[in-house]
Amino acid sequence: MDLLYNIFVDPFVQMAGTPDFFLQVLWEGFVTGTLYSLIALGFVLIFKASGVFNFAQGIMVVFAALSLVGFHALGVPAYLALFLALAVMAALAWTVERVILRKLVNQPEIILFMATIGLSYFLIGLGEFIFGGEPKSMITEELGLPTGSTVIDVAGGIVILQHIDIAAALIAAILVLGLAIFFSKTRIGRALRAVADDHQAALSVGISLNQIWAIVWFAAGIVALATGIMWGARSDVSFALQIVALKALPVLILGGFTSVPGAIIGGLIIGFGEKLFEVYWGSLLGGGVEGWFAYVLALIFLLFRPQGLFGEKIIERV
Amino acid sequence: MFKKLILGATAMAMVGGMQIQTASAEEVLYVPSLSYRTGAYAGGGTPIANGFADYMNMLNARDGGIGGLKVVVEECETGYTAQKGVECYEATKGKGALVYNPYSTGITLQLIPKAPVDKIPVLSMGYGLSAAAVGETFPWTFNYPATYWSQMSSILKFIDSQDGGIKGKKIGYIYLVSGYGKEPIPLLENLAKTMGFEVVQFPVAGKEMQNQSSQWLNVRKEKPDWMIMWGWGAMNATAVKEAAKIRFPMDHFIGNWWAGANADLDPVGKAGTGYRSANMAAAGTDFPALQDVIKHVVSKGKSQIEDPTKVGDVLYNRGLFNAVLVAEGIATAQKIAGKANISGSDMRDGLEALDLSAARLKELGLEGFTAPIKGSCKDHAGGGSIFLQQWDGENWKRTSDLIAPQTDLVRPLLEAAAAKYVSDKPEWKTQTCK
Repeated sequence: MDLLYNIFVDPFVQMAGTPDFFLQVLWEGFVTGTLYSLIALGFVLIFKASGVFNFAQGIMVVFAALSLVGFHALGVPAYLALFLALAVMAALAWTVERVILRKLVNQPEIILFMATIGLSYFLIGLGEFIFGGEPKSMITEELGLPTGSTVIDVAGGIVILQHIDIAAALIAAILVLGLAIFFSKTRIGRALRAVADDHQAALSVGISLNQIWAIVWFAAGIVALATGIMWGARSDVSFALQIVALKALPVLILGGFTSVPGAIIGGLIIGFGEKLFEVYWGSLLGGGVEGWFAYVLALIFLLFRPQGLFGEKIIERV
Repeated sequence: MFKKLILGATAMAMVGGMQIQTASAEEVLYVPSLSYRTGAYAGGGTPIANGFADYMNMLNARDGGIGGLKVVVEECETGYTAQKGVECYEATKGKGALVYNPYSTGITLQLIPKAPVDKIPVLSMGYGLSAAAVGETFPWTFNYPATYWSQMSSILKFIDSQDGGIKGKKIGYIYLVSGYGKEPIPLLENLAKTMGFEVVQFPVAGKEMQNQSSQWLNVRKEKPDWMIMWGWGAMNATAVKEAAKIRFPMDHFIGNWWAGANADLDPVGKAGTGYRSANMAAAGTDFPALQDVIKHVVSKGKSQIEDPTKVGDVLYNRGLFNAVLVAEGIATAQKIAGKANISGSDMRDGLEALDLSAARLKELGLEGFTAPIKGSCKDHAGGGSIFLQQWDGENWKRTSDLIAPQTDLVRPLLEAAAAKYVSDKPEWKTQTCK
């Protein structure tokens, strides 16, 4: 009886009893969800263009952030360092297309997937060789990103909004919107969709597969840099950040691997879901449920809607 | 072409083989260093490995080694994973290894049963299995200068001395979900009953260590009076930032000695002002031994350290302190065995007879660097005291005297844990102490 009360009644009593804290949990869920969406977006872009789950997206986040703080540590002004970090990601996109993808056109998707695993390990080694393994501080203030917090009084309590979190949500929204417009309203965007549908058909109508892949990997690099800056500001820039990026997997299962809106909605569902579950139900399971909650949720989705919320349903004739 | 390649490779292998033979024929003191300069925890592993190697190289350069024999430090990269740690152990134990410093509780737990078989002692300096302090049960394992349990008891003793005592208070324990983070929980739960406080646990999974907002929302919900952290790597900076975010009183937040490095708080900066952590060895270079390291190794470009200003940082000095313990163990073993070229068994005897008194520390150029440590057949942790340091926004400042562990409470629990460890191992060899 106690167990049923703790599951079905007590959490809601707590939510109603301390509305300020409940709002704080929702806010944290929103911010985390936005950041998950941002990470997932990087995966979606590449998956749409090549049908490949880019295992290297996590290390791309780290590599982009390390390039930024690395250039700044050499005395380069913050905005120039940002530009140079973007240039590094562009160079990486071009190299990946030239050295890896071009050789693998029309190969099975699993081969491309394996290639991204190889790329991931190469970037880890290269990153540690260039930047060393020690964690670095993100140059939050130098980039003009806000620090500090705003406190709002709510129902006799407080809700604390970190300015960097507000900025993260705004930047993520702008990026998502910009990429959505770019890929739906421009010629390159339409070409991308054609490539996503069928490599050979796209080639036959004169679309340059190589150019599209380089553009998409660069776009994923921009998303990686934005993600690296935001997560780096919340903790530090270290190789452990690549693990956070794997959180995108349940987000993608939920939202669908090919859908930009799916990445956003999926990220927000996981963000809100895991915070609420950890805070109000986590203690029933000994705490630390955040580590697996997203995956269990994704598993349940897989059972009932394998293509995700917005993914394309694949029907193959036999 | 292919033929030439094979011939070339064979020739190189022969030359390499001869070199290895020459090295092993020469009498040296071989000390493997299971380091981790790569991976998610490299920020902690790199300075420790630097401090360890630099001190040994300083002894080689300044004194010609120990007892006339050069110390050879061979690093093997573990990436802080138990599997690679064991691989490193297996790859190096046959080269005459004198002692293993695993730098990971996970690896230590794997090596403890191997030590008596291969007759090579394990020195898990301030980490690993707390029960290994019981020398009768664990003749081959040492955890100078203190165990996780004694460290926890010292932290609780400090809390008890503040704000009207610990009785009736709520203590939050945030920890990395690993062998390391879980290690002090039995003691914490036991002392909660004895000392009369309540414990609330906040586990952080390894893959969530940079994503802790849920844990800190729970901290805000539970409102503990004090927070204690057993964190490592990126978890530490994130936790302190999150604590600042929820406006937790920073001077009531105490990390253990793996949660109080410069690399942990540099990314936090002013927001972390007031945060405390335990430590076992002083930071800084204001010691003659450190000056010798700078003179003989760092300034001559023989160190792997990238930024020489990092000499004297908390974890650099931790690695150096580990090297001091090993060097003292070797010197003591040489005295007992009456020869310079000692074996792993001799090293075990040397570590057990370790006596790092205040006078000896002064002699080594490390006066006041750490609390005196004295080992014995019964006590493999040395009963070392700790001190607390506090972050002032830019650097660590020592803010407490030495805090002795609550040995009367901890020792019986260690003995019970040691007995439990061997209860299902009928072949386990113990030793009898006078």
